[in-house]
Amino acid sequence: MRIKLLAVGFLALATAGCERLPKSLDSAGRGAEMIADLFWFFTAVSAIIWIGVVAALIAALFRRRDRTSERNAEETDRAAHDRAARVVVTAVGATVVTLLALTAASYFTDRGLVNLTGDNALTIDVSARQWWWAAEYASSDPSQRVTTANELHIPVGTPVNLKLSSADVIHSFWVPELTGKQDLVPGRQNVLRLIATRPGVYRGQCAEFCGLQHAHMAIIVVAEAPKDFEAWRQRQLAPAVEPATDEARRGREVFLQKPCVMCHKISGTPAGSRAGPDLTHVASRRGLAANTLPFTRGSLAAWIADPQSVKPGSKMPLTQLTADELNAVVAYLEGLQ
Amino acid sequence: MTTEVVKEVHLRDSSLPDNELHAVLARTWATPRGLIGWLSVVDHKVVGIRYFITAMVFLAAAGLLAVAMRLQLARPENGVLGPDLYDQVFTMHGTTMMFLFGVPVMEAFMVYLVPLMVGTRNIAFPRLNSFSYYMYLVGGVMLWIAFAFNTGADAGWFSYVPLAGPEYAPGKRVDFWAQMVTFTEIAALSVAIEIIATIFKQRAPGMRLDRIPLFVWAALVTSFVIVFGMPSVMVSSTMLILDRLVSTQFFNPAEGGDALLWQHLFWFFGHPEVYIIFLPATGFISAIIPTFARRPMFGYLPLVLALIATGFLSFGLWVHHMFAAGIPALGSSFFTASSMMIAIPTGVQIFCWIATLWLGRPVFATPLLFTIAFIVTFVIGGLTGVMVASVPIDLQVHDTYFVVAHFHYVLVGGAVFPLIAAIYYWFPKATGRMMSERLGRWNFWLAFIGFNAAFFPMHILGLNGMPRRIYTYPLESGWGSMNFFVSASAVVLAASFVILAWNIIYSIRKGEPAGPNPWNAGTLEWTTTSPPQDYNFARIPVVGASDPLWTAGGLAEAHGLKVESRELVVTTTAEAQPDLRESSPVPSIWPFLAAVTASATLIGSIFTPWAVVWGAVPVGVTLIGWFWPKSVPEDEE
Amino acid sequence: MKPLLIAVCCCLVVSGCKREARDVRGAPAASSNAGLIVMSTNSPGADSPVKTVNASAEQYNGNAYHISEGQRLFRWFNCSGCHANGGGGMGPALMDDKWIYGSSIENVAATIREGRPNGMPSFRGKVPEQQIWEIAAYVRALSGNQPQSATPVRSDHLNAIPHMQKPEGGEEPPSTSSKPAEPQ
Repeated sequence: MRIKLLAVGFLALATAGCERLPKSLDSAGRGAEMIADLFWFFTAVSAIIWIGVVAALIAALFRRRDRTSERNAEETDRAAHDRAARVVVTAVGATVVTLLALTAASYFTDRGLVNLTGDNALTIDVSARQWWWAAEYASSDPSQRVTTANELHIPVGTPVNLKLSSADVIHSFWVPELTGKQDLVPGRQNVLRLIATRPGVYRGQCAEFCGLQHAHMAIIVVAEAPKDFEAWRQRQLAPAVEPATDEARRGREVFLQKPCVMCHKISGTPAGSRAGPDLTHVASRRGLAANTLPFTRGSLAAWIADPQSVKPGSKMPLTQLTADELNAVVAYLEGLQ
Repeated sequence: MTTEVVKEVHLRDSSLPDNELHAVLARTWATPRGLIGWLSVVDHKVVGIRYFITAMVFLAAAGLLAVAMRLQLARPENGVLGPDLYDQVFTMHGTTMMFLFGVPVMEAFMVYLVPLMVGTRNIAFPRLNSFSYYMYLVGGVMLWIAFAFNTGADAGWFSYVPLAGPEYAPGKRVDFWAQMVTFTEIAALSVAIEIIATIFKQRAPGMRLDRIPLFVWAALVTSFVIVFGMPSVMVSSTMLILDRLVSTQFFNPAEGGDALLWQHLFWFFGHPEVYIIFLPATGFISAIIPTFARRPMFGYLPLVLALIATGFLSFGLWVHHMFAAGIPALGSSFFTASSMMIAIPTGVQIFCWIATLWLGRPVFATPLLFTIAFIVTFVIGGLTGVMVASVPIDLQVHDTYFVVAHFHYVLVGGAVFPLIAAIYYWFPKATGRMMSERLGRWNFWLAFIGFNAAFFPMHILGLNGMPRRIYTYPLESGWGSMNFFVSASAVVLAASFVILAWNIIYSIRKGEPAGPNPWNAGTLEWTTTSPPQDYNFARIPVVGASDPLWTAGGLAEAHGLKVESRELVVTTTAEAQPDLRESSPVPSIWPFLAAVTASATLIGSIFTPWAVVWGAVPVGVTLIGWFWPKSVPEDEE
Repeated sequence: MKPLLIAVCCCLVVSGCKREARDVRGAPAASSNAGLIVMSTNSPGADSPVKTVNASAEQYNGNAYHISEGQRLFRWFNCSGCHANGGGGMGPALMDDKWIYGSSIENVAATIREGRPNGMPSFRGKVPEQQIWEIAAYVRALSGNQPQSATPVRSDHLNAIPHMQKPEGGEEPPSTSSKPAEPQ
């Protein structure tokens, strides 16, 4: 009785927090759907195999043994041996067949993933840095190229080709609800194909150890209806919003006079460096510092005042700002929708 | 034919009665005393015990690092370890477990047991054996001293470039890692060569290849895997050192190098590496099950073929670590197929073991309990392995906690549980005392429950989006409660190791005395005393069947070896017909001196390339001293 | 037992040794006390009351992490625009032994912070103090004035950044030998 209670308590603890499916099985993308189906198939087969093996083991250990087996030992031994041999050969045969089935299923899903594209595919060039994501929406017309950072918007149902490259070390782009991951390797360009099937906001994270702040390198992908996506795209193409208040204008001055201008670009101002994330529409994004913080006034102030306490080791340095300057810059950046 | 009386020039074991024989042999094969004696030892049993103790110390150290990691991850945005320290901790944990514990502890058992199991007096190349231990010790200690200086490796145990390259890994951290690899590779290659030579040429007369114990087969296959796999990582770590020291461009894509080259070279070694750790563990199980089922192993030939097939196939899997790196889909599918295929020989082994237990009459002592834990746990790991072998599934779970769960299931379930079983099984042989059964049961239950509770939820965490190697995670991720449960369970697992350590320490002094064969096992090592004499066997046994101690009629003996100098029998490779009498080296300080000079050269080359040039001189001197031809009294007959 | 005790003692000894420091955050109210750095080691009469060495400079010299950050910032802030990758162009070469304004890290930091006549911009206010010191440490590394163990041998980009000991590098000021720098 005590053991049963223990087992129940154990399971309760273990499944604490299991309100919904794990993200990679809660698919919002065609790729993730295909992989999830394959995963369930593998899990079912694996569960059957494991239960079978453990049952055989328990039977082997605890089966009733004839104590008088010392007599006729050789004869019963030979018969038992042959029986065992037949069972083992059958088991090996079943293993081979099962593995072939699993391999075939895996291969077909793989083909499906590779074919997740179409004529009207949207291409986004994603370049990973330590420890943020740069993105540029490709277009043959340079004035139509949206440059953003750490947050991608994609239209639901449209094939998206992500062209992945890296400016420093190997990173990995992974949004589990949409599809599998792909590494961003310096010196190569990899392609990740996905199609979102459900509108929503999906969080992913860099999945290849890339240094001190690998843990804080998240990406948000917003899948939305095609017309919402188009509206977003048009807003992103516009130059930076003019500051509305005096404080915000003062903030722009501070931005251009302080170290900020050395690394960040804001279209429509002289700030043009591409070393750090593009801030032209920073306030339209949901997160800050590669989605380490939510985009709120407080987080923005905290991040600018001391980036090293939020993301120790990140490339954004401590800058000397007085309280007024900090408030002004925050007011300016908050307005950059 | 003229008959003449042959004068006995040398004293031989045929002419001595037993008690005198033991005394003379003990003198001849003794290990000298004092510090110089301790450094000059060539007895494989002493070297094996040294490997074992050192490996267990590294296990404890890496285990403490794991506890530190779990403390940090118990809560979201925790502050126990900052990112820099955490990166060093997880790198040191993985590196220590794989290079400084996993392989060396298996080497320890192979070095200790193989000569005893094949019926010879010492391992082949005993001075090389001694040298290899010193190199391993220096490599491991060097890495940990670097860690104590805050220059521990911090780029992950597999040290991907460009993160581990000269620009993104400043300082000497990765250089210490890369050079430690060189030290441990030298040690492993040496042991592999000795094992192969011992198994092929020094078996007891009559021990044909189809009569050698399955553990010996496992050691043989493992040694071949070492010989073919280790050079790859030696090449890649040397290329990394060169990139970081003298500015070669092997891994710099901007100048014609390739970041993926590192991954290919590393994983070509890295996959066989896990089989280097796993195959001896299957050897342990194949030795333990017959004893505790009280019958010979079912399916000897299929098991041998399975071992060889596993070793061979393990070289065809490496790209499955790179499925997300951008390898073309068709190529990747090939590696899916080969990774699935390797499950077949492993399945054969498992089925044969279960069949042996079915046909036998089990004795539920601690070694068998851990064997049961092995089967139950390892099969889970193997099945998640089949899952990650599939490219699409791997694209979701690669580099997440799902994979962490998988490899811990196969490494802890598939290697550590058999290792613990082996410790309980052979402890009486090595020390002459039994370990406590009561503590053994506590050990088993805590380990089994603690391990599964700690690692099973990681599958779910990985599926839920938690990547590897993150020093913290946000509160909103929802990973907090499961991580807390995992961390709490890890403490239970740690406690089981404390019990194991206590059982070992306690039993060495206070354990029940054990005779030569307390388990009533069937292989040759159980004919010696417990612990074995320095000379292993008073007279070399002659073997007529596998499981010689279970064969009716007792054991024949070979006569004619010299007793006043170290001599052993060399037999033919396949049939084990006696072929030669071979002298075995006496204790010598040269392996230690050579290890000192080689270590100084290798450690110096972390800092300057000139160390290789200047260091070659003392290395040359010590090698000359080692290999200087010694006159050995030859047979006159 | 004895070997174990010896091992434990060694561990304790090692843990007391100086450890490599990796400071990701500079001094909070960063000290740009440029006024307190003398440019020359000569002074009339008795020794100068002002130190020639800035206390915070010591944490940057010989520190692999800071020199590596300096390498990154040298690229990000386009120092190569005038200095190429140490060989000079519009600006003087950085990897030789000719130092117009001195080669100590305080001097190089002052150069970056204050600017110099004939074209070196002043980065005061635009490059935070810690980064100035990091770039200064890297510039010294370009001419071989940092220890080998702390200097990166190459970059992971187009390998125009020099490495290893350069025969022309050093700390000798040119005042005794060469002619004054000509405007170019």
